[in-house]
Amino acid sequence: MRNDLRSRNHRCFWAFLVHRVSGVALSVFLPLHFWVLGQALEGAGRLESFLRWTDHPLVKLSEIGLVLLLAAHLSGGLRLLLLEFRPWPAAPRWQQGALALTAGVSAAFGLLFALNVL
Amino acid sequence: MSARREALLWLAQRASAMLLAACVLLHLATMVYAVRSGLSAAAILGRTGGNLAWAAAYATFVLAVAVHAPLGLRSVCTEWFGWRGRAWDAAFLGFGLLLALAGWRAVWGVFQ
Amino acid sequence: MDLLRVKIWRGGESGGFATYDVPRQGDQTVLDVVTYIQRQLEPSLAYRFACRVGMCGSCAMTVNGVARWTCRTHVAKVEIDGGLEIAPLRNLPVIKDLVADMREFFGKWKKARGHFVATATRRDEFARISPETPQRKAADAAIECIGCGVCYASCDTVSWNPEYLGPAALNRAWTLFNDVRDGARAERLQDVAGDAGCQGCHTHLSCGERCPKRLQPTAAIAGLKRATALAAMRGKL
Ligand code: SF4
Ligand code: SF4
Ligand code: FES
Repeated sequence: MRNDLRSRNHRCFWAFLVHRVSGVALSVFLPLHFWVLGQALEGAGRLESFLRWTDHPLVKLSEIGLVLLLAAHLSGGLRLLLLEFRPWPAAPRWQQGALALTAGVSAAFGLLFALNVL
Repeated sequence: MSARREALLWLAQRASAMLLAACVLLHLATMVYAVRSGLSAAAILGRTGGNLAWAAAYATFVLAVAVHAPLGLRSVCTEWFGWRGRAWDAAFLGFGLLLALAGWRAVWGVFQ
Repeated sequence: MDLLRVKIWRGGESGGFATYDVPRQGDQTVLDVVTYIQRQLEPSLAYRFACRVGMCGSCAMTVNGVARWTCRTHVAKVEIDGGLEIAPLRNLPVIKDLVADMREFFGKWKKARGHFVATATRRDEFARISPETPQRKAADAAIECIGCGVCYASCDTVSWNPEYLGPAALNRAWTLFNDVRDGARAERLQDVAGDAGCQGCHTHLSCGERCPKRLQPTAAIAGLKRATALAAMRGKL
């Protein structure tokens, strides 16, 4: 038998889930992103016509979402690198702080970007 | 797969992650800066065209991503969908190569 | 009289919950509740315990969805509106009622070479190990494991990758890897490398979150990740 959410419901597990889901989402987005930028090979006009499409509010909203995902994956990843590469035999009090910082950094980037595009 | 290869793949994923941390920070900052006055192809290409340092940084970024993303997807897919085995490993390798080529093509596109 | 409504898993893998009313008492532990039911209400109920003081590691169960050592878990801390749901440990086959089959769990300890390999004989001098060395400190931080299986039952990587050795076995391997008296440290590193070993861990920290001894298997596993990767780079794996 497997665990349900009652067992998984703790901060570090949610951090893991955010990291995994954002990673998958970014991997799916990447080929699209590269394809769009590759349009520049066919001249600035092609790229420009795509960029005008990004003026739609809905597209803008999903862009903010993407920036949030990227910032979350970045800050969550830094936390993971610390956990894996910095030995921490003693009670790791700093983890909770690291989690809060992770959320803060992602939110800050998302907000900064949102303020600029809207 | 041998334990040795898996340990090395783990290291490759973490090493690429360290590289990515720097690249993504740069990318986020660039984006926040770039969208201040709306996105236009002319503005983007004006900044990137012929800029060798920029192209080198982003070519590295692409390489790191092409190592990092397929390895991450591989763990997710083996664990959540049971997609394991040689054929799947080949598919993830293919995805990595595709990412690298498409990414470098894009860098070249906005550089030239 | 104040009553607890207790749902208990009955049967094997495909059993179901049966409900019992148990009088509440001050300072009652979850194990006390199970024992009451077995002695007063349901003599055929199967469960495991031995020491009742948090040393033997045999009494772990899933209490309201979370793996716990039941002999040292007070009812007051875990009941929800006067209710308890008690099931066998997750990630392990169920033998009967609250008894999980621990063979896989201990089998993986063996696979991780979780035993000390002596290099000295009784005729040798005592080994002198300073408690101040980084290696001894690392081993000491992970040594208090009672083998209860709570971490193993809480680890999602175990559910998702059945070959995965799990937090307890890897934690044990880490203590031995740091024991300079042990004679099989290189071989053990070989045994714990790879996706079925330390590289399979995704740092959810569920193991440390639930470990009743407050150990951090994740930290031990991270140490093994670094050690195995280093050995692989040097061609020693
Ligand atoms: S941190 Fe590693 S060992 Fe602990 S629960 Fe997660 S995967 Fe399992
Ligand atoms: S590490 Fe903790 S939870 Fe896991 S078996 Fe040992 S004592 Fe139990
Ligand atoms: S009965 Fe021994 S640890 Fe609970």
